Amino acid sequence: MSQLQNFTKGFFKENPILVLVLGTCPTLATTSSALNGMGMGIATTFVLIGSNVVISLLSGVIPDKVRIPAFIVIIASFVTIVDLVMQAYVPSLYETLGIFIPLIVVNCIVLGRAEAFASKNSVLSSFIDGLGMGLGFTMALGIMGSFREMVGSGSIFGYKFISGDGILVFILAPGAFWVLGYLIAIINRLKRT
Amino acid sequence: MEYILIIISAVFINNVVLAQYLGVCPFLGVSNKVNTALGMAGAVVFVIVLATIVTYLIQVYVLDKLGIAFMQTITFILVIAALVQMVEIILKKISQPLYQALGIFLPLITTNCAVLGVAILVIKKDYNLLEGVVFGASIAVGFGLALIILAGIREQLELVDVPKGMKGVPLSLVIAGILALAFMGFTGIVK
Repeated sequence: MSQLQNFTKGFFKENPILVLVLGTCPTLATTSSALNGMGMGIATTFVLIGSNVVISLLSGVIPDKVRIPAFIVIIASFVTIVDLVMQAYVPSLYETLGIFIPLIVVNCIVLGRAEAFASKNSVLSSFIDGLGMGLGFTMALGIMGSFREMVGSGSIFGYKFISGDGILVFILAPGAFWVLGYLIAIINRLKRT
Repeated sequence: MEYILIIISAVFINNVVLAQYLGVCPFLGVSNKVNTALGMAGAVVFVIVLATIVTYLIQVYVLDKLGIAFMQTITFILVIAALVQMVEIILKKISQPLYQALGIFLPLITTNCAVLGVAILVIKKDYNLLEGVVFGASIAVGFGLALIILAGIREQLELVDVPKGMKGVPLSLVIAGILALAFMGFTGIVK
C-alpha cells in the first residue's frame, strides 16, 4: 500500500464513523454545531497521531501480553495533554465538550488503530495512518455538525443565515441519532454501487 | 427526597444513552436480543456501582491528598480495566451461573464509556460517596432500560422489509432517535 492510499483510506474506504461505526458517543454528543464537532475531531486527531507514533516506536519493547494496558496508558497520557492544553487555550470549547475530552481514552478508534496498525507498522506509516484516520473522523464530524447546525439553528460556524430558530430537534439528542443513522444509510447505499 | 431526585433525573430525564450519549457502542452492539440485553444490563449495573466506589475513594484519598488530580484520566481508566478483570476472575471462582450469565459481557465493559463517564461525573458534580453510588446505579439502570426497550423493538423489526442500506446500525439509530424523543417528554418532572 502506498503512503497516499494509507493517508486517504481514513476518509472514505475505512472512515471510522461512517463505515466502521466506531466512536459513536463523541460523534453524537459533540456535533450540535460544526465548530464543536471539528474541535472534537482535531483533539482526537492529535491523540491518534501521538499514540500511533509512540506505540509504533515502542512496539519492540512492549511485551505482547501486557500490550493493551500499555497502549491505554500511552493513549491516556496524550488525552491528559490535550485536556490540559485545551483548558488553558480554548476554555469555551473545553467547557462545551466537557466530559467528552477525557472520554477520548475510551474512543474505540484510538485503541483500534493502535492494535490493528501502529503496533505492526513503521513510525512514518503510523503517523500517516493516524493523520488520515483523524482527519477522516474530523471530516465526518464536520459534515454532521454543519448539517445539524444549519437545520437545527439556521446558522453555519456561528453565522446566522435565517431569522428566528431552526428545527430545534436537530440540535437535541433525537436529531443526533437520526442524522447519523441516515448518513450511514446513504454511505451503505453508495458502497454497493 | 434528594436521592429520589437523583434517581428519577438519572434514569429518565438525563438518560445516559438517550440524552447524554454515553455508552452508545454497546447500546447498538448488544441490542438485537432481549436476553443478551438483560445480561449486559446486569453486568453494567454491577461494574458501574463497583467502579464508582473505587474511583471515588481513589480520587479523595490518593489523588486529592497528593495534589495530582491531573492524573485522573489515566488512573481511572487503569483502575476500571483492572477492576473488570478482577470481577471476571472472582465471578468465575465463586458463582458459575452468574459468570455464565454476565461473563462474556465483562470484557466489553472496559470500553463502555458510560463507566468512565460516570466515574468522572461523580467527581465533577461533587457528590459524596452515597450520592455517587445512587447516581451510578441509576445511570446503569437507565442504560439497561434503554437497552432492553431497543432490543424489544429490534426483535419485532427483524422480519420487516426495510431498504437494504437501512438494515442494522442505521435502523437502530433511527429507532434510538425516536426513543430519545419519547424520553424528552420526561423533561420538566424535576426542576
